[in-house]
Amino acid sequence: MRGTLSDRMGAALLMAPLLLFLILAYAWPFLGVVKWSFTLPTPGLGQYHALLTDELVQSVFIRTLRIAAIVTLVSVTAAYAITVVWVRGSPVQRVLAEFCILVPFWISVLTRAFGWVALLSNRGLINTWLQSIGFISEPLTLVRNEFGVIVGMSHFLIPFAVFPLASAMRSLDERVLLAARGLGSSRMRTFWTVFVPMTRSGIIGSAMITFVFSLGFFVTPAILGGGRSVMIAELIYLRIFQSPDWGLGAAISVVLVVFVGALMALLFRYVKPKQLV
Amino acid sequence: MQQPGRAAEIKANGIGKSFGSFRALDNLSLDIGRGEFLTLLGPSGSGKTTFLMILAGFVQPSEGRLFSDGVDITDRPAEQRAAGMVFQGYALFPHMSVEQNIAFPLKVRKKSASEIKKRVGEMVERVGLKGHEKKLPAQLSGGQQQRVALARALVFEPGVLLLDEPFSALDKSLRGQMQAEMKRLHQETGTTFVFVTHDQSEALALSSRVAIFNHGKLLQVGRPDEVYDRPANRFVAEFLGEINMLPVKGVKPADNGATGLCEDRAVNMRCKAEAIKGDAILAIRPEDMSIAPEASANQNGIAATAVASTYLGAATKLDLTTRQGARVTVSVPNEVAAAALSKGNSVWLTWPAEKGFLLPDGGQ
Repeated sequence: MRGTLSDRMGAALLMAPLLLFLILAYAWPFLGVVKWSFTLPTPGLGQYHALLTDELVQSVFIRTLRIAAIVTLVSVTAAYAITVVWVRGSPVQRVLAEFCILVPFWISVLTRAFGWVALLSNRGLINTWLQSIGFISEPLTLVRNEFGVIVGMSHFLIPFAVFPLASAMRSLDERVLLAARGLGSSRMRTFWTVFVPMTRSGIIGSAMITFVFSLGFFVTPAILGGGRSVMIAELIYLRIFQSPDWGLGAAISVVLVVFVGALMALLFRYVKPKQLV
Repeated sequence: MQQPGRAAEIKANGIGKSFGSFRALDNLSLDIGRGEFLTLLGPSGSGKTTFLMILAGFVQPSEGRLFSDGVDITDRPAEQRAAGMVFQGYALFPHMSVEQNIAFPLKVRKKSASEIKKRVGEMVERVGLKGHEKKLPAQLSGGQQQRVALARALVFEPGVLLLDEPFSALDKSLRGQMQAEMKRLHQETGTTFVFVTHDQSEALALSSRVAIFNHGKLLQVGRPDEVYDRPANRFVAEFLGEINMLPVKGVKPADNGATGLCEDRAVNMRCKAEAIKGDAILAIRPEDMSIAPEASANQNGIAATAVASTYLGAATKLDLTTRQGARVTVSVPNEVAAAALSKGNSVWLTWPAEKGFLLPDGGQ
């Protein structure tokens, strides 16, 4: 429903500081990045042409999309299970699930990445334990590869994937589930044919958020990938701070922002913003 | 078309349910006959919905047993009972078309594709939804959604159909239409219907029997005319419709019933012998009283003064005060009400002996 003119003015005023901050700290500098992408080192479309021909850039793009897709699948699946317990479990289960969802928010992404290194490295907890019980003789390579990156990123993103799912599950009419059972459907069948399809908007929202977040990940892949599975954000960093090839870094940034923007536009065609929280 | 023989016969034996310290249902015993249309009537929180949920298997009773066709089904989960259910708000599957909604219980029962197609087609036709098969519930009107819910609950030919206030979301004219439709479906299928409502006119219009609940207790079960004309107590009398209550003194047996003093006049009543004991309450429905200029000595009648009227179209509701200060409401022809009011002084209220019934004093 539409508010009155003064209502809308009031809302605009309340949002103004955030909007101003976004413009000054994000939109304005980004325009500078766009400018670099067309002007450095020489004016023209040279950097975008390079993007299309540079095999390294392309392989990083493909790897990023692949990792993002796998991370999305893993995170949404795990988040779905946790959310079912959180929203529909017994009181004790709910508290436990809430704990599991909220605690990761209190630990910095850096700490968590190094935590995973400690767990997954060749002389980390998991390999040491598996060797001590004689299950393996040589340590498994669990880190400094895509596997490590996927584990670390999924761990970070699961809590974010939970909220759109929880919102969808909470708004679901309990009587529809009762109706399914009353009509003779087992609990399992009711879950797959009624519950899951009815939380579709939550699944879409959750997957989109996870995917979009995954595309821009920097710290986790940098630490757990150990330079061997570079993702886009790290590539931009390398081009700007190490090469230095500002034009190309800027062009990659622009492509990433446009791609993410397009994904978000697609997301909001299917899901209302308030369904995501 | 279903054979009436398939309708279930249900027996509830001493059913009770507590939610913590709240007693939702207390020692309920009730037999529901094969093919009957039984209405569970009562205010909210009276236990009627709890009983329906126990019948469906969604709520487990704290004590008592439940039998269907002589088999104990108390511990049987909802999905294994052959009960169709229509929920308040319909509870249709929002992601499935009309056709898929109706096919759901058949798919669950692993019927062949050709049989599903045939039976869904028949059901769609029967509830008048032809041409809407591919639509989603959100694209249908309230009445159409109601039909889908009925079709979905009846398509697998359940022994009993449970309905939880199915018409509460519909407007008045549509309600009447759906009530007629449901009565027709009941006759066509021959299935046992158990219907929950808090609307007494709906209960009286639809049912073969009415069960009246209050505070978790079953107060009376009977045909609509039985419970309306001979309520077991004051709550039932008042819940089923407007009623006048007049104190009577010195009730004693007489020819054909009892006699007593109402506003210092002798009145005759029909009643059971056990109701006769000194002081009591005489209850008379507003439509059973009439206005007269005089009342003869052998006629039931009391003097009263008209104080206000409400025009209802077909009739007028007239409020009166008796000499001893009791308030009485009668439903009378419009011109009679106008005449009684314009006179401004005393009129007589009369009623036939068989229309007044005694409630134990206090009426509880």
